[in-house]
Amino acid sequence: MLSRTADNLYWLARYMERADFLARVIQASRRLASLPKAYGGAESEWESVLLSSGSAQTFNATGRKLTEGNVIDFLAFSPENPSSIRNCIQQARTNARAVRTALTVEMWEAINGGYLEMQSIEQLRGARSGEDLTRFLDFVKQVSLTYDGGAYRTMLRNDAYWFSRVGLFIERADNTARLLDVKYQLLLPEKEVIGGSLDYFQWAAILRAVSAHTAYQWVYRESLKPWLIADLLILRPEMPRSLTSCYESVARYLDRLANAHGRQGPAQRHARAVYGKLENMSVEDLFQSGLHEFIGSFIADNAQLNALLSDQYLF
Amino acid sequence: MNGVEGSTRPPYRKLAQWLADTPGEFLSSRRAQAELLFRRIGITFAVYGSQEATERLIPFDILPRIISRSEWTTLEKGLIQRVRALNLFLADLYGPGEILKAGVLPSELVYRNPAYRPEMAGRRAPHDVYVQIAGIDIVRTDDSSFYVLEDNARTPSGVSYMLENREVMMRLFPDLFAMHQVAPIENYPDRLLETLRSVAPRNASQDPTIVLLTPGQYNSAFYEHSFLADKLGVELVEGRDLFVRDDVVYMRTTEGPRRVDVIYRRIDDDFLDPLAFRPDSALGVAGLMGAYNAGNVTLANAVGAGVADDKATYTYIPDAIRFYLGEEPILKNVPTWRCREKEALSYVLSHLNELVVKEVNGSGGYGMLVGPHATRAQIDEFSKKLIERPDNFIAQPTLALSTCPISVAAGIAPRHVDLRPFVLQGAKDVCVVPGGLTRVAMTEKSLVVNSSQGGGTKDTWVVDDVPG
Repeated sequence: MLSRTADNLYWLARYMERADFLARVIQASRRLASLPKAYGGAESEWESVLLSSGSAQTFNATGRKLTEGNVIDFLAFSPENPSSIRNCIQQARTNARAVRTALTVEMWEAINGGYLEMQSIEQLRGARSGEDLTRFLDFVKQVSLTYDGGAYRTMLRNDAYWFSRVGLFIERADNTARLLDVKYQLLLPEKEVIGGSLDYFQWAAILRAVSAHTAYQWVYRESLKPWLIADLLILRPEMPRSLTSCYESVARYLDRLANAHGRQGPAQRHARAVYGKLENMSVEDLFQSGLHEFIGSFIADNAQLNALLSDQYLF
Repeated sequence: MNGVEGSTRPPYRKLAQWLADTPGEFLSSRRAQAELLFRRIGITFAVYGSQEATERLIPFDILPRIISRSEWTTLEKGLIQRVRALNLFLADLYGPGEILKAGVLPSELVYRNPAYRPEMAGRRAPHDVYVQIAGIDIVRTDDSSFYVLEDNARTPSGVSYMLENREVMMRLFPDLFAMHQVAPIENYPDRLLETLRSVAPRNASQDPTIVLLTPGQYNSAFYEHSFLADKLGVELVEGRDLFVRDDVVYMRTTEGPRRVDVIYRRIDDDFLDPLAFRPDSALGVAGLMGAYNAGNVTLANAVGAGVADDKATYTYIPDAIRFYLGEEPILKNVPTWRCREKEALSYVLSHLNELVVKEVNGSGGYGMLVGPHATRAQIDEFSKKLIERPDNFIAQPTLALSTCPISVAAGIAPRHVDLRPFVLQGAKDVCVVPGGLTRVAMTEKSLVVNSSQGGGTKDTWVVDDVPG
């Protein structure tokens, strides 16, 4: 397939995944920020949302005050923020339009319908109520789900599908890693001692942001423990947002591509190495080597895979 | 729909009966549904310089335009004849120039024409086909005559609307289809693919690689480009996806470079190759003309085809049909005054309020004067332009263009229409799928049907004849 098509599909999947993630963290943080201080609610929550979405710098550059309203507007609707939900969806649609021939009708209609709906919600800018925001965030998750489901159910299993899936899982891994990086202090083992109810709701918010609250109960059958949360979101293969699970998929789809193209390359080798490392790791190793350091190096590895992919396939 | 005496013309009788039996609300709900479908599928058209939106829906009218099989048969013969002549004409103009030597048309009209490409002189297009895809604009004035209003030999657009209009109609009005025997047009993409394959360079493999070259998604016809590439099952490429090495064209794929044999290009000549044409253009592919001259790639349509379709050469096409084919033209031209000729100019100047005056290189309904609708000041201004550069203009009578019924808020109303059938010329055959794009002037009494000027479209049906 055309390199440009592969590139567009790859980024299309990343933008849709990012929009979904942003909607989730905004929802989880609104819930947390509305709690009394004694339960872990705090204005500083909005700073950590900016950090985990990777847009703290761009936000600060706008000179806006760090308030809930400003941060939400910036993350959800702002045209100046290249990673705002609005821009993600718009960019996804631009990419989708450029490669319409590579998408199925279901995928295109999900994106195009989402884009049109977004425009009608955008017109409310300035006069948006909390309900409008809820409706918007739900709608973003819905679009992302429909798109993803459309891809899963209707696409031919060929390079177009594999490039989209690789994009999706690289983005998802990046999102999970950033979320953990911002909250890593909360997840350190010694926290248990001083922790208690103050941290409890913050841990719950992390899980809620990635729709893993129920999954946690199923896997561990005990109350929320920070190192188990780290274990779930980093190492558990059965958890679809864990780094291990994402890399299992990345490595698998890259292998499919390599088979179809008849050649393995640096991208495949790198992905397998990262996956191998995750697979052989225990939660003890994780904390011994330093959670923050581990996540930092994972984010760098993930970014490197992105660069290797570009070299190998996208010219 | 109504003939000269005001009675319903035979091909429309079933539709008229159906309309009489159908409540108005049904039609308005279908109109709303059609708009929703077009919006959702994303069948849009970009209008340059328009503030409100870069993407607009072309208004769609839900009533079909109906042509009887016997009318179509004549039309089809005429179209095939015309496109064969256009191709012979182009091969001659870039080759020996017999028609000029014979004095059928003045050579300065060709050689000083901005659409004439000296780069093509002395070159032969693969299989001598210059216009693989033609869109011939047709109008009718009464029950019996079709006239050619314009030939589009460069990159005619609109075929996606022809196909999508039909799909939407079939979804909205299954019953109406069941009542009529409508000739299918869905094989157009297959025919197009066959045509493109047939004109591949002789040294190409048995299974030539075909691509569709688009300027990109901000082009007004991008929807059509992606639609066609999809239906053809070929890659939709931009200039940056292609490169030329040793006079061979390749596309950049995830598996490395892949050789390209046929390019259905939807980029104008000027932008195709910065080395041969406009150096400032980033839309095309450097070295493309070198590959073309080496016989390694086919361009559809060929570079320089525009010299056969501008409004100045248009007036000579019936003569070209006689010259090359030795046949009488089946389709007449709309009577046209060539303002370059002295007598014609003085006639035009004294009858401006009855005529439509067009720039020979204009398109999209721009740069024209519609006499009967113009103000005194507009007419005066246009006379000055005409006197200054008579070569630049032709004039035509405002024909009593036929109308079709359209569905409007208040019910059914007549509007002026034209028809653009799409003609395909391959290495051996010429063909036309039965139908075309009917364009509608949505405003009452307006004669302008161009989509860039707010014109709309409707589905075009060729139906079996019913006994008169």
